[in-house]
Amino acid sequence: MPLLEPLYNFAHWLTQSREEAEDLVQETYAKALKGFGTFQPGTNFRAWMFRILRNSFLTSRSGLKATMPLEDAEEAQLLPASPETLALGREDEELVRAALEQLPVVYREVILLCDWEQMSYGDIAAMLGVPIGTVMSRISRARRAVRQFLVAAYRIPDVKKKSDK
Amino acid sequence: MSCEKWQEQLDAWVDGELPPDGAREFREHLRSCAECSAAALDAAQLKRAVAHAAVRYTPSQEFRARIAGQIQSKPRPRWAWWPAALVAAAVLLVAAGLILTARQQSRRTWQEVSDLHVTDLASATPVEVVSSDRHTVKPWFQGKLPFTFNLPELGGSDFTLVGGRMAFLDGAPAAHLLFGVRKHYVSVFIAKAGRSGGEPASFNGTSWTQGGLRYYVVTDASPADVAKLEELLKAAK
Repeated sequence: MPLLEPLYNFAHWLTQSREEAEDLVQETYAKALKGFGTFQPGTNFRAWMFRILRNSFLTSRSGLKATMPLEDAEEAQLLPASPETLALGREDEELVRAALEQLPVVYREVILLCDWEQMSYGDIAAMLGVPIGTVMSRISRARRAVRQFLVAAYRIPDVKKKSDK
Repeated sequence: MSCEKWQEQLDAWVDGELPPDGAREFREHLRSCAECSAAALDAAQLKRAVAHAAVRYTPSQEFRARIAGQIQSKPRPRWAWWPAALVAAAVLLVAAGLILTARQQSRRTWQEVSDLHVTDLASATPVEVVSSDRHTVKPWFQGKLPFTFNLPELGGSDFTLVGGRMAFLDGAPAAHLLFGVRKHYVSVFIAKAGRSGGEPASFNGTSWTQGGLRYYVVTDASPADVAKLEELLKAAK
């Protein structure tokens, strides 16, 4: 099945629910089959499928809820970048996942598309229908928020014990 | 802070989005600035950690079956064979690291090759030169590619030559040949050698180097067909 794994993973990250992720992926394949004539040969098939999924998400129940405070989130003031280095290890995977989970969807999607899906800024901008500059500032904010979450977690011994301070 | 200018470019740097000149200047700066070096390392590490952590949810067997059924039961649209191509297409891989090992690089090439195979079959014009005659297809590539290759005599085999087109693999020009075998299509990519072969993601396929060229074969046809076509191509004079 082409792209089922990545599409499902992304859908679950967006919706945070197995049931909704399944609905979303199913809808995506249905739309892709129906609208295949609109696919431009020579363009990125993978990005096309992701775009269908993301557009379907926007009009879904949790999508409408998640993106409503988008403007507010855009303006949200995040603290300046922490000078601390993170020294992440493999054992921090759960912590990074928790950090991604608590991000507003507008930030979660760009950081996933950029870091996991390895989409270019240009492809992400086209997919979201926003200028590249907006993609860049969202990625930067998303990373700062993840970093802050991790730094805060490291400081609380119950959440994360560092070997030396 | 004196390094503000560089710190602003940090995201674009780890994402490989700086233009070549900018990237070179950035690298030069890193060599002379410990603070920015540490920040760049940290940013790269965070990116890698996010890429790893993001691989989390997998569809259940039940759901997979449901989607497979959904795709196959649909009335076939414009291209009767595209749902079959879709079903057969690769489960694509997630390249997690920033620094690609040879293995990851070859996986990525297979992913690229699989993507090209699927999108090509789905396109309205899968081949640019439509011919079953190898004496038409081979000259068509001359002047378009920085190398030449030989095509096999297919008479007496199950294979037919559908045609060919230009492709880009790892940013280098390659020949993309499309063969038919019974109801299946087989893509063969030929590029300059120097890249590792590895294994295809989920299609049947193979890869080898011959005469300074790297060959990739990708298809949903059986491994036996792959082996047969490989034999024919290797024997081509």
